[in-house]
Amino acid sequence: MTLTKDLMQVSREQDVVPFRNRVKECAVKIKMGLVNQTKLLTAASELTRNMLRYGNGGVALIEIISRGRDNGVRLTFSDKGPGIADIPKAMQDGYSTGKSLGLGLPGARRLVNEFEIKSETGVGTTITIIKWANG
Amino acid sequence: MERIPILKMGWFLLVTIQIDLYDRLALDLEADLVKMVQKTGAKGVLIDISAVSIVDSFMGRILGNIAGMSKLLEAETVVVGMQPAVAITLVELGLPLKGVFTALNVEKGMELLNSIIVIDHDNSEDDDIDTD
Repeated sequence: MTLTKDLMQVSREQDVVPFRNRVKECAVKIKMGLVNQTKLLTAASELTRNMLRYGNGGVALIEIISRGRDNGVRLTFSDKGPGIADIPKAMQDGYSTGKSLGLGLPGARRLVNEFEIKSETGVGTTITIIKWANG
Repeated sequence: MERIPILKMGWFLLVTIQIDLYDRLALDLEADLVKMVQKTGAKGVLIDISAVSIVDSFMGRILGNIAGMSKLLEAETVVVGMQPAVAITLVELGLPLKGVFTALNVEKGMELLNSIIVIDHDNSEDDDIDTD
């Protein structure tokens, strides 16, 4: 069940910090612990960077959701970039088509509870992550 | 333009990062610090990240770069004050910051730098090849 919904445009590097702050507000609202907050924000930071670098920016949806007694934050990153040709490869540690360390996607997946990636070449990429307050 | 200030303290450079960095700011800091090491002949760089709540793979790479570049210019780097949640996250992310010295706080970082750096106080002439 979705409790709150907030859509933010991420098209420049400077948009990342206000976006992170908004995510943090949501995490605090559902009383997420500091370690989980940090993990969520770090994953969010990796994914917004990817979106800026490879997808020419996009939109990020921030939602507070509940499932049973558990509350969580769900983030959905959508870009209309070139898409990811080989998702399994992109999810490997150390693989990068840019000059990065190749930790962004696999690292982000390790830091959250649920991770879903959809991508189509020439259409774009959508990544959804969920971090539960007690996850 | 926003910039992170770099303070010179004797043989050391001290940087206190008080805000969450975006990428451009981190890249500028890297360039500024390396230039400052060269210009001042500093032997140690102390980076205080106690106020930083997120270190992601990019920021981690910058810290590693600063340490590596400074090393090439004869300076050691110590990152101090990492928050426990940041340490947990970095290891899970897969970035344990190998090759970067760390200390719990600025004071301990200074002690560490003092113990690993040999300062040649009467360094008046050009150094030849050291034989020791």
